[in-house]
Amino acid sequence: MEFIFYFGDVFTPVSFALLLVGTIGGLILGATPGLSPTMAVALLIPFTFQLEAAQGLILLGAAYTSTVAGGAVSAILLKIPGAPANIATTLDGHTMAQKGQGAKALQLSFLSSAVGGIFGVLLLIFLTPVLAQWALAFGPSHLFWLAILGVTVIGSLDSRSVVKGLLSGCIGLWLATIGFDDIMGAQRFIFHPSLGGGINIIAALIGLFAIPQVITMFARGRRNDAAEVIKVEKHPIGGAIRELFRNNRAMGIGTVTGSIIGLIPGVGGQIAGLVAYDQSKKFSPQRDKFGTGHPEGLVAAESANNAMVGPSLVPLLTLSIPGSPTAAVLLGGLLIHGIFPGTDLFDNHPDVAWTFINSMLIGQILMCIFGLYVAGLAARIAMVPQSVMAAVVLGLAVFGSYSVQSSMGDVYVMASLGVMMYFLERFGFSAAPLVLGLILGPIAESNFIQGSMIANATDGMAPYFLGGGLNIFLIAVVIASILYSGYLELRSRRYTSKEEIMA
Amino acid sequence: MKKLLAGAAMALMGLTTTASADGHANYPERPIMMMVSYGAGGATDFQARIVTMTAGNEDALGMPIAILNKPGAGGRVGWNWLASQAEADGYTLGAYNIPHFIAQSIKGGVEYSADSFEPIANWGADPAVLVVGKDSDFNTLQDVVDFATANPGKLTTSGAGLFVGHHIAALQMEKAGGMKLAYIPTKGGGAAAMKAVIAGEVMAGINNLSDAFRAREAGNVKILAVADLERNEFLPDVPTMMESGLDVDNSSVNFRGVMVPKGTPQGIIDKLAETVPTMFENSRVAGKMKAGGSPMHIMTRDEVLAMWAAREETLKELLAGL
Repeated sequence: MEFIFYFGDVFTPVSFALLLVGTIGGLILGATPGLSPTMAVALLIPFTFQLEAAQGLILLGAAYTSTVAGGAVSAILLKIPGAPANIATTLDGHTMAQKGQGAKALQLSFLSSAVGGIFGVLLLIFLTPVLAQWALAFGPSHLFWLAILGVTVIGSLDSRSVVKGLLSGCIGLWLATIGFDDIMGAQRFIFHPSLGGGINIIAALIGLFAIPQVITMFARGRRNDAAEVIKVEKHPIGGAIRELFRNNRAMGIGTVTGSIIGLIPGVGGQIAGLVAYDQSKKFSPQRDKFGTGHPEGLVAAESANNAMVGPSLVPLLTLSIPGSPTAAVLLGGLLIHGIFPGTDLFDNHPDVAWTFINSMLIGQILMCIFGLYVAGLAARIAMVPQSVMAAVVLGLAVFGSYSVQSSMGDVYVMASLGVMMYFLERFGFSAAPLVLGLILGPIAESNFIQGSMIANATDGMAPYFLGGGLNIFLIAVVIASILYSGYLELRSRRYTSKEEIMA
Repeated sequence: MKKLLAGAAMALMGLTTTASADGHANYPERPIMMMVSYGAGGATDFQARIVTMTAGNEDALGMPIAILNKPGAGGRVGWNWLASQAEADGYTLGAYNIPHFIAQSIKGGVEYSADSFEPIANWGADPAVLVVGKDSDFNTLQDVVDFATANPGKLTTSGAGLFVGHHIAALQMEKAGGMKLAYIPTKGGGAAAMKAVIAGEVMAGINNLSDAFRAREAGNVKILAVADLERNEFLPDVPTMMESGLDVDNSSVNFRGVMVPKGTPQGIIDKLAETVPTMFENSRVAGKMKAGGSPMHIMTRDEVLAMWAAREETLKELLAGL
């Protein structure tokens, strides 16, 4: 309960002004494609040199929470996920925007972000010591099985056909092998110098999602059919809140999945949204509607990716190990003021620690209020004529992929992957499983190699990868997930064949 | 025409080395960019931002230095870019990490070697240290050596990748003690390697002194030895490996500093070599570095040239067998 005493510190004029600046700035940065939360926080670090420790962290904490939520804006309106966390948001969010329900989609995404985010921060406040042990429990063998669990999701994610889903997953897994291998030092598939560092995930995201759209829009030309003009429906905020509570199952699944996965160092943020989306799809009676602009999917994805924010900081704050790239940047923000995370932080600088955590709590609420306020306005983007929109999205795509590492190489990667994806989409493949393969490939590979090196030096491969409670539990979940997907596939096949007979 | 003129001017400058200093009397006339080959927020990036923050002062360069991150492939992407694509006009600097880039160039597959760059000055030295979990049975370096000698290839030791300081330290320990370790390179840098030690996934780890110091302050690890010539001011109670009987010198110390691509005009190199070390000595810089637990070690251009040459020789010998 100690944190309550430090709420006052958040509301001093300077701190609150910084909180507002961080939140609003973070939303704008987050909505800009290519500026991931890590980037946004890193850009703000030099400004904190001049501030006091607590104030600097308020700025960084507010920016972190709101960039994660802001990423949903470009995912919904432009179908460009600003960060891997927002991939699942595009699946239902963008389809809603295309149906003219952009305002509703944005309102729902900000509301579910706030619910998930507040739950995550509360976990950070009350359960940090317990959670720290949980975060350490995941070694290479467990992370390997977790990645395999992710792979089992690939087939069923956003794709009519399981085979095509798996095939695009395989393309993603192959793309992930490109570049210098950090563990063995080998060079793989580097046929152009810009691939030396491997395929940057943000550049790939932008290319795979935005470019096929741009080409489709250009291909339609200047034709302005009446059917093309999207009517943007107004949507009352009260209605969005009621809608959110109607989807309490998705919200619960999203929040819990996001919080648990967010804890695991090195994996969390990237797959939290996708796993939550897949889980709520499997548990939903209306699973056929997922991917067609169904609010349930949007709620699950967005509550998960904000719920992960709080727990993702647990390893950093308690053990001084940054569990995600963004946490590593925040570590820099602490060190510059001579504060070491860990016991030093909570014992000797409780004002800094709790003010920082409180600011994330209040930041979530401010983010939600501000987001709801602009949602109606932002949704009108859908009314921009497609020919203009195509040019704008293309510009943002180039800017976004260049700014990740200030490298033209990433722009080439973005463009070539995008053109490839355009043709793949025409054959019924989709981008989400491909990206999931790209994310999971390195996690599975490096943890398998590391695990096998440790296993060979100690008690052998089989006991290391198959023994232990957590391993067995994860393997059981993997098997359950495969069986369940198989069952669903068979059942839906029977349905289709019945319909076909009727037709 | 413009190019021709510029070429003629360059040629003239090249003719008279003394006059060239005058030719660059006004340098720098615009902000300078410094490439860091690791991501924003990493230790190198973090330190680079601190040591360059006073560049705009009148007594330093009088122009700010902006940091440009080009991460990827353990630094290879950024250094490839600096060696092959960056303009050698004095407005593009780069941060170096020794022994990383020299070791990488010896192993091949990159477009640079130590001869592709001209050092300016060194700002930091982060020695590698041997850490074990706080509940480990190992209490001294001797305990570790005894175990590794009795069980060859069984002592799992994490580090931040191949051909980085941690790996070099492990190789040197193996050579000095006549033992075999199971070196486990982690993806995700020093933080992931440290996590493996704290979580007990590996029996020992080699990590940066600055990160290990922080982890020890948090009560998570024991630090058994420093791979350096003398004890470190942050850890006066931790012996060097040599004191404990392992003949390991400072070849694995992670030196960080500023360099420029080869072909940068000599006048500019001289001017930078003169100004940059004094910029590092600024009391604000030193204060921030100390607060962050980053050991400083300022060296001039001549000292760095000698250090690079010495490293290249040791590393060639050490990596020859791999």
